[in-house]
Amino acid sequence: MELSEACGEGLLVRKIVEGTVVDHIPPGKAIAVLKVLRLWPPKPDGYRVAVVFNAESRKMGRKDIVKVEGHHISREEAAALALVAPSSTVNIIRGGVVAEKWKVKPPEVAEGLLRCPNPTCITRKEREPVKPRMRLVSKEPLKYRCVYCGSTIGQDEIEGYILV
Amino acid sequence: MLESLRGRDVISILDFTRGELEGLFEAADSAWKLIEYRPLRGRLVALAFFEPSTRTRMSFESAVKRLGGDTLVVTGEEAISVAKGENLADTIRMLDAYSDAIVIRHKFEGAALYAAEIAEAPVINGGDGRQHHPTQAMIDLYTITKLFGGVDGLTIGVLGDLRYGRAASSFLLGLTLFKPKMVYLISPPQLRPREEVLEELSVRGLRFKEAGLMEVLAELDVLYVTRIQRERFPDPSEYERVRGSYRVTLDMLEGRAKKGLKVLHPLPKVDEIDPRVDESPFQAYFIQARLGVPLRMALLAGVLGGDGVWS
Repeated sequence: MELSEACGEGLLVRKIVEGTVVDHIPPGKAIAVLKVLRLWPPKPDGYRVAVVFNAESRKMGRKDIVKVEGHHISREEAAALALVAPSSTVNIIRGGVVAEKWKVKPPEVAEGLLRCPNPTCITRKEREPVKPRMRLVSKEPLKYRCVYCGSTIGQDEIEGYILV
Repeated sequence: MLESLRGRDVISILDFTRGELEGLFEAADSAWKLIEYRPLRGRLVALAFFEPSTRTRMSFESAVKRLGGDTLVVTGEEAISVAKGENLADTIRMLDAYSDAIVIRHKFEGAALYAAEIAEAPVINGGDGRQHHPTQAMIDLYTITKLFGGVDGLTIGVLGDLRYGRAASSFLLGLTLFKPKMVYLISPPQLRPREEVLEELSVRGLRFKEAGLMEVLAELDVLYVTRIQRERFPDPSEYERVRGSYRVTLDMLEGRAKKGLKVLHPLPKVDEIDPRVDESPFQAYFIQARLGVPLRMALLAGVLGGDGVWS
């Protein structure tokens, strides 16, 4: 198993009993993943988190891995994760075994997840109770378009507009 | 004839099909006959113009009143509670409570869609920032239909500020619903259409090319000219660089253009068209402005009219 090879033994981190392992993160994107999961910067009373950079991967060559102890990430959090690391796989660990495993999928409509890049979009107006809403227009490369003003955000820019 | 319009929001020209627009144009041809039926009697239309406007607001006001309805006019942010700090959402809720339809113009892109999500009454976009101006696009396409019998097969040049001008963007998007032979985008490099607009034109299969005016003038049936939208430039020095960068003169038209060329402009024009063109057979922008009222009458009667308005 790729996951256990990378994380289960050797250099790395011990197995977790309850929690989440985010695997197949594109190399260099682990910190961005932590940010969208609101795990960065770390808090003294926060979850115990292990991060692996540049682990070997048969599929990807190199990859990052994030392990979060004591927290099962939700589908909503996984949707946000898909914006910065679209290749990721989420493993939900219960009782020391992988209870659920899925590949993240960029949401068709990202609501409240991305700030619109256009400063004169209605979603950027102060004191206006409007959630930014972006529609997926391309999966590869990832691209979203603002439902309100039509502005687009491409894969390379997405991290700068994540609302966390 | 216009049943599908009843209760509809009018946010973008692309909310409509070609068939719906053609139905609307046909209805606009007989809009004056509606005056005696007063299909909007007892109905109130809020004209919420958060951005300055004279002709669009007056043209809507004229259309509503000619149909027997009345208007609640709110103009400028200072005139309404926005100046006291109220957000747009609350202002829209109030207008929704006081009126049967809301026409909104706002400097923020997406404001009309947002208003439509809040209001139960139909919302008509009278211009949102640099984005959409659907009723202007309807008037433009209607004018071309009146002058040429249709839009298909024509060669159309769109000249000017294609980046910040919502009339130009909406007109271009509207053209994708028809089959013009070729559309030339003619603008200084800084005022090229925004990527998202170009993308939409390509995806929708419009035949278009970027070109210089003199290089294509002889081919054109329609030349649609727009003003540089000074108020939407993020940087005033950028405006100074493009100011006065194009001007259509009578000599130019007489020397190069087809005899039947018609010049359109959503108005107000500043100095992009030589005033001598006003008196020439090329001028069609005053005809276009006149058609604004019957087109808006037809639209309002379709959106707000009861059963049998058109029967």
